[in-house]
Amino acid sequence: MSMIGAWLASDTPSTYRQAVAGRFWRGTLGLRHQPMILTGTSIVLVFAVIAIAAPLIAPYSPTAQDLALNLRPPSAAHWLGTDELGRDILARLIWGARITLGIVALVSVITAPIGLILGCAAGYAGGWIEAALMRVTDVFLALPRLILALAFVAASGPGIENAVLAIAIVAWPPYARVARAETLALKHAEFIEAARLAGASPLRIVLRHILPLCLPSVIVRMSLDMAGVILTAAGLGFLGLGAQPPSPEWGAMIASGRQYMVDQWWVAAMPGIAIAAVSLAFNLLGDGMRDWLDPKQK
Amino acid sequence: MWRAARIVPTAALTLLGLLFATFLIARVVPIDPVLAILGDRASPESYARVHAELGLDRPIYVQFARYLAGIAHLDFGRSALTHNLVTEDIGRFFPATIELATVATVLGVGFGIPAGVWASWRRGRAADHAIRMIGLFGYSVPVFWLGMMALLVFYVQLGWAAGPGQIDTGYEDFVPVTTGFLVIDAALAGDWAAFGNAVSHLVLPAAVLAYFSFAYISRLTRSFMLQELSQEYIVAARAKGLSERRVLWVHAFRNVRLPLITVIALSYASLLEGSVLTETVFSWPGIGQYITNSLLSIDMNAVLGGTLVVGVVFIALNLLADLLYRVLDPRAR
Repeated sequence: MSMIGAWLASDTPSTYRQAVAGRFWRGTLGLRHQPMILTGTSIVLVFAVIAIAAPLIAPYSPTAQDLALNLRPPSAAHWLGTDELGRDILARLIWGARITLGIVALVSVITAPIGLILGCAAGYAGGWIEAALMRVTDVFLALPRLILALAFVAASGPGIENAVLAIAIVAWPPYARVARAETLALKHAEFIEAARLAGASPLRIVLRHILPLCLPSVIVRMSLDMAGVILTAAGLGFLGLGAQPPSPEWGAMIASGRQYMVDQWWVAAMPGIAIAAVSLAFNLLGDGMRDWLDPKQK
Repeated sequence: MWRAARIVPTAALTLLGLLFATFLIARVVPIDPVLAILGDRASPESYARVHAELGLDRPIYVQFARYLAGIAHLDFGRSALTHNLVTEDIGRFFPATIELATVATVLGVGFGIPAGVWASWRRGRAADHAIRMIGLFGYSVPVFWLGMMALLVFYVQLGWAAGPGQIDTGYEDFVPVTTGFLVIDAALAGDWAAFGNAVSHLVLPAAVLAYFSFAYISRLTRSFMLQELSQEYIVAARAKGLSERRVLWVHAFRNVRLPLITVIALSYASLLEGSVLTETVFSWPGIGQYITNSLLSIDMNAVLGGTLVVGVVFIALNLLADLLYRVLDPRAR
């Protein structure tokens, strides 16, 4: 252990890999003093493990009904109680983590590249291309997101694919702005000039040299947005526009628990706690990262 | 003042963007508008005729121009659900939403600004962390869930507030409509029983929405205040021996008021939008509930009309915030 520690902490790394690993190690050490980032990351990781290992850890099938045991309060057999069809709420929450984190992952995979490419292209190209792309971005930023997503899903038909698409369509503009700002700062750096003199094409410069350097700020911005994505997805599910039954989507579970709320509060309460926990984790992570990386806060 | 006029093209462009978005959404609907009129068994000839009558054979920009012309005449069509003109429906439901969002914003500002100022003063201490966590939780909890839990605790269990709806059915339709805002109308009519009832219905949904406004406003107040408190004039004011209260509220806060106006306008806009889910939970007869009811029955005229109206108000408030900032801040002139 100590050998690895010494290798990582070395002031005179002998290889490129050692230097990279060492920098990463020192960065990780710095995190010890960032309780918000640590807590947020831990909770997100716990939910990620739950989502991946759902078949192994879920005590029951998420769709197995037992009408004789419906609407039971939390007990030793059913830790979080059962819903109106006698399904185990804990099992449904565990499988539901897959849906929620899956939506988050899909939305990020769709929006981050769009935002990055548009933002970097706009910043690097300048002139009318930049003006046009940024105008479009500004228009998208000023639109009411939730309501447009609702209208889009209502028009294109309820379902999880359309919900993801609707969220993605309204979620990319902030990334384009962040990427453009970073690109403008990098554009006249010497290493970019050097690459240009070496004959690299604009496409290569943007993709290989500028885009990777924009990633950190886009990632911070994304972790701040994740809670919003989760809440929008849950809202769509709550209105019956997202994942369809019997899918254990958390928002839809709250909606179906609504009519039993007075006497069987746990049916609606439990999924809400799960949603709040995951979004709070992403918010802690994003907020902590922003403070940590923002030199003004120090 | 002329600089302020520069935002007009931006406003026009954003508005056009919104209209184009709703136009496209209307085209995404998997229901064939021709078949919706004629039914499934229409002959190919009559299909072609109606297709042409609806202008569906024209290029898309012509269709968009026609759509704009319709909107310009405030023609949103008829709601399939209520059989009224969508504009009439919106006129009837919008005041309730404004009422809710306004009260929520007043509460959010009333609690959020002092909390933000206090947090900035106690920076890094327990009070600061506590306010930050309360705010972060507000950013994380689903509004519809919080509404349901509030109903469960304060209406079902404790009985401190009235339940869903805007007023008890016993008072319904007895309050003369003057402004359209139920609480104000009841007060104007001197019907204090109805007024009290309406207020007790308003408390819960307004408090739930206000929490989100509080989270946003307290956070930004804190960060604006921190910027001011690090300035030299604050050091000078403290060195003069002024009381902390005076330093905070008279010296620092004065300079924070301006950016806060922008923040409040933005938060009001997002509450109008956020009221969609809140109104559903509280059966609040506002435009949010109108939109969600129409969503489920794919009443697209109503959905798009509602979306447009909320969208236009949202954009207008955004622009107003921008405009106020530019006009009021001497540095931005």
